[in-house]
Amino acid sequence: MSTTTIETVLKAPTERRWLPAAIVWVVLLSAPLWLPLVGGYTALASHVLVMGLVAMALNFLLGFTGVMSFGHAAYFGLGVYGAGLTLRYISNSTLLALLFGILLGGLVGTVLGALIARRRGVYFAMVTIAFGQIFYYIAYSWNSFTGGYDGLRGFSRQPLHFGPLVIDIQNNGTLFYYFVLAVFAICIGLMAFLLASPFGRTLIAVRENQRRARFLGIAVDRHIWLSFSISCYFAAAAGALYALLNNFADPMSLHYSLSGEIVIMAVMGGMRSFWGPLVGAAVFVILQDYISSMTENWMSCIGLLFVLVVMFFPRGLLGVLQRRGSP
Amino acid sequence: MLQLVLFNVTNGLIIGAFYVLMALGVAMILNLSNVINFAHGNFLALGGYFAFVLTPYIGFWGALVVAPPLVAVIGYLIERVMIRRVYSRDPVYSLLLTFGLAFILQDACRYIWGTTGLPLTVPASLSQGISSELFFITGYRLFMMAIVAIAVIGLFAFLRYTRMGVRIRAGTLDLDTVAALGINVRLLRSFNFAVGIYLAGLAGVLAGGQIGLNPNMGDDLLMPAFIAVIVGGVGSLTGTLLGGLLIGVASALTTVFFPSAQEAVIYVIMAVVVLIRPRGLMGEEGMLT
Repeated sequence: MSTTTIETVLKAPTERRWLPAAIVWVVLLSAPLWLPLVGGYTALASHVLVMGLVAMALNFLLGFTGVMSFGHAAYFGLGVYGAGLTLRYISNSTLLALLFGILLGGLVGTVLGALIARRRGVYFAMVTIAFGQIFYYIAYSWNSFTGGYDGLRGFSRQPLHFGPLVIDIQNNGTLFYYFVLAVFAICIGLMAFLLASPFGRTLIAVRENQRRARFLGIAVDRHIWLSFSISCYFAAAAGALYALLNNFADPMSLHYSLSGEIVIMAVMGGMRSFWGPLVGAAVFVILQDYISSMTENWMSCIGLLFVLVVMFFPRGLLGVLQRRGSP
Repeated sequence: MLQLVLFNVTNGLIIGAFYVLMALGVAMILNLSNVINFAHGNFLALGGYFAFVLTPYIGFWGALVVAPPLVAVIGYLIERVMIRRVYSRDPVYSLLLTFGLAFILQDACRYIWGTTGLPLTVPASLSQGISSELFFITGYRLFMMAIVAIAVIGLFAFLRYTRMGVRIRAGTLDLDTVAALGINVRLLRSFNFAVGIYLAGLAGVLAGGQIGLNPNMGDDLLMPAFIAVIVGGVGSLTGTLLGGLLIGVASALTTVFFPSAQEAVIYVIMAVVVLIRPRGLMGEEGMLT
């Protein structure tokens, strides 16, 4: 990949780290205020947060462990179905749906990760794609339970009850946005904490040079497996939020084409920066929303975006900024 | 019952033959260039559509000969202009590139030839059944099997007995050494890519005659092709061949007993193989694992 020196690896977290984070949080917290002015709407902002979360979850693996998963839609989609099925068949508690969604995607990712983690390079990517498609076919063919091709309907997110306090995220889009933002914040906080911990430093060592890490006595396979599992829990959390956002579970949310979109969000934003994937997700979601309303040939436009990013913009939006900032 | 099983085994071999053609192309490109070609199924569709356009002028036989090389030329150009540039970078970029290409090619087919299915007419001499007892063994199906067999034997002979083929196999094992011996690796990779795409184009013409043409016709074959490569073992084309036939027959036999599990069974086979024998049935130890 690139040749990051020890100094940049070690310096990065301390040097002016609060500034980008502060900008991001101010923008996200105030989004419902300024969005209508620029022609946006709150559901789109929630969508950006959800895709940003899954792209950052993927980047935990791709950017900070140096392992390329092309099957993350599976764990995202399991989160979607986990939450949807919980609300449909088990309970009408939004928080329980969120929890079960996270657990379904995360546990499946943990189990499959044990099989996948010993592969490397493109072969790793290939196995993740193929394993990911299993769940697409299950959701697609188990008509009576998952709704098959048409997707799972007949559920909706419910208001939150905290004792006497009732937060109506069901009908109020802005409140739901803040609910998504809260879950997003918890996940991102956990991710940042993990990356700053010795465990996270070890993952970066694995990314930089697997052989050297192994010589230093680091159990590389186990760290990749752990990183994969953690990433799947966060991806599933994003998926569960996605189900709550749309009140609908779509089998396409399990399809490998979504996996590709998640990867392009991370790469387009800059996979070496913490906030890059969020920026990439915002650009991608807004472009997709705009293009698909403009032309029937939106697939070509998205495909062209992939090609252009790869050919001319491989470092991503924030990657370019970072490089300019540090001499 | 016997007839039903026989019917499904025949089906399985035919489906397996398509998996094999697709998977061999995917595997060749993966082995030598370290690129997973997501657009492989779209090159297949392109082969079918080229044959559709050519058939009125040169007939089905002419199209069968001309369409696959045309697709290979397009593949060659795409490799020259785009894919070649990302070989030296992290593999994530080549994946994203072929992913984007798949979107563009699929949309282009839809734009030019429309979303609705088109028929590819095959000569009447091929479309009759052999006998009323075995109605499902049509001449066309036998013909497809024969063409696939010829293509596979031709490919293996090419890799074994020609200078270029030996270089491709050597490059699969150790590309740096091959380059150090003064062989033009860039040309080798381009040529290898074109051969892989040729196989996809050929599969497209054959599949078009059987199931008709639509812009997504290759999509259903892409994932089984990946699985055939994983099951057979990366680095071994013989393994890929066996893997493709195995999952084709297995999914067809499952159709007899549990029709709803016909997709699932190939994933189960893959999971079992990855669990018990991580490098695949015939994979080389240490290759890309």
